[in-house]
Amino acid sequence: MSDLNKNYYEKITFRDALRLAIHDSMQEDEKIIVMGEDVAAYGGAYGATKDLLKLFGPKRIIDTPISEAAIVGASMGAALTGLRPIAELMYVDFFGMSMDQIANQLAKVRYMFGGQINAPMILRAQGGTGRSAGAQHSQSLETWIMHTPGLYLSIPYTPNDAYHLLRAALKINNPTIFIEHKLLYNTSGILDKNNPDQIFGKAQIRKKGKDLSIISYSRMVNFAEKAAEELAKQKIDVEVVDLRTLNPLDRETIIESVNKTKRALVLSESCYTAGVPSEITSIIFEHCYTNLLKPVIRYTAEDTPAPVAPNLEENYIPTIEKIVEYSKKLCK
Amino acid sequence: MTQSNTLLPNLYKTMKRIRTFEERVGELFIKGETAGTMLHLSIGEELGPTCLGAAMQKQDTFTTHHRGHGIFIARGGDPKKMMAEIAGKKDGYCKGKGGSMHIADMKLGHLGANAIVGGGIPTVVGAGLSSKYLEEDKVSVAFFGDGAMQQGILYESMNMASLWKLPVVFCCINNQYGMGTKIDNAAGLKDFSKRAASFGLNTLHIDDLDIENAYVKSKEIIDKARKFEPGFIEVECYRFFGHARMDKSPYRSEEEEIKMRKSDPISYASNQMLKNKIMNEDEIKKINEKISIEMDEAMDFAINSPLNNQKEIFTDVYDESEPLPISVEERINKILS
Repeated sequence: MSDLNKNYYEKITFRDALRLAIHDSMQEDEKIIVMGEDVAAYGGAYGATKDLLKLFGPKRIIDTPISEAAIVGASMGAALTGLRPIAELMYVDFFGMSMDQIANQLAKVRYMFGGQINAPMILRAQGGTGRSAGAQHSQSLETWIMHTPGLYLSIPYTPNDAYHLLRAALKINNPTIFIEHKLLYNTSGILDKNNPDQIFGKAQIRKKGKDLSIISYSRMVNFAEKAAEELAKQKIDVEVVDLRTLNPLDRETIIESVNKTKRALVLSESCYTAGVPSEITSIIFEHCYTNLLKPVIRYTAEDTPAPVAPNLEENYIPTIEKIVEYSKKLCK
Repeated sequence: MTQSNTLLPNLYKTMKRIRTFEERVGELFIKGETAGTMLHLSIGEELGPTCLGAAMQKQDTFTTHHRGHGIFIARGGDPKKMMAEIAGKKDGYCKGKGGSMHIADMKLGHLGANAIVGGGIPTVVGAGLSSKYLEEDKVSVAFFGDGAMQQGILYESMNMASLWKLPVVFCCINNQYGMGTKIDNAAGLKDFSKRAASFGLNTLHIDDLDIENAYVKSKEIIDKARKFEPGFIEVECYRFFGHARMDKSPYRSEEEEIKMRKSDPISYASNQMLKNKIMNEDEIKKINEKISIEMDEAMDFAINSPLNNQKEIFTDVYDESEPLPISVEERINKILS
């Protein structure tokens, strides 16, 4: 990241887009601090805070003990008293250690105290499969957050969204959970600092189509795009919807897309039962059912923990081949 | 009266205000005017909140546990707005949406009561971090019960406060019972100061009824915290009544209760004032009557406070610039239309 001050990057990694977002926000707002395990000297487990210690010093880039509950709780306390922390939990799986502070405290302080105070902070965490990290380092736990009113939830796919959604979360006053898929850090794309793809809370249509809506978020959007390319060769015109934020959830775009295509496949790395796709499927049924030509398909990870063995892990989550296969069946 | 002669009467008044407030909460419950039965009274536990409340400075912040009415009163909480909150009414501190266990007032530095044992402890670590970062000279005090001494979050928080040298004090109000379980059946090591000292905190153990001495000693701990030496205070006391309003204390004997209720910090302070001729009986009686009227008024205020508008279900989840959550009724009507 040699040049921090450009407004347009033809090709930037997801990781660097995040670093730039944190950097630019910290330059603008002295109340922003970064705290978490190995965020300073190490530069973040996945490098998203690399070099920030040199630029901002240990007062603002703070290495914490391995105390996930207290990281979230202390960040909230700082947010209630004038700072705007970006807390990092290395893996979303560690939400298990801090769920009281996330769900019982952070999500509810504003409401319980009758709107007296906001807790403006971001909790970043990295999730998903793909590195044989095992059952305790590979989960997609966005459902836990989505089921907890009071927390905004961003789950970007592109570098441009990583940058703009993080920047946006630092300007709104709600606590925001920010989930980054571990296999996206090295992916790259355009970053235009002056051009967010959409306003915060709106889904983005990655590809327009008329035969089938594939609704997804995070890394699975990439699978949807690749499947759509293959399906295009077979004359099936897929619309790819990238939700980008799960709270707020852009119901209108989902409904509009499915009412147009009349077929839907909801794609996610969370487990099948009671996952984010279950909610989206319900919305589609509630609002599109007279238009639906086929039942809605939820294509997700299995209802099992994530296995380590690469050949098992690969098939634990959706595959592009099967997205193509299911899509063809839906469009028959 | 000399300054030293005003200290004890002032501490007495705060303790008496706490006790009378809690008694009126009990009455409010009997009248059927409280929101629910989750009311945890601090009768018998007035000494700790009172002496720490007095030793803190105006700008200081704090969090409390579920038995936190007394702490809030000691820090200047308005009994009327508190009572209205406990009644679940519109004029309460949190519009009746928090209730007894989630009362808060940012203006008085009350960062929130908590219904999760130990839940509010890390908040003061963050508040201490803010205070140091923003150079605000604020000490933040976490109040919690002996139950929280057995929660992991306390130890994560004490370590962070010690590591980062934060202006923070952890205060355990040890009333001997975690709901119905006696401390002997919950703690492997009952000398809690030893646990805190092992994190490098300054410690203080208060286990008698001499509130003037307790005030002086707690002030030392708080003053050191202001100079970035975090501290820990344990105040031993006895919960005179049950855990909550429905608890008839089947887990302890009447003999024990009668014996322990003799360790009453309010009677002790009153006797000290008489013995040292700081106040006579008439003067004490007048103070008590005044407090009684104040708390009667608080109870009336709560009873007469209006109910919330139904739309309050949806407000305050998100920042006011954000859209309100969509109601289930609106969702269903949209589907059925």
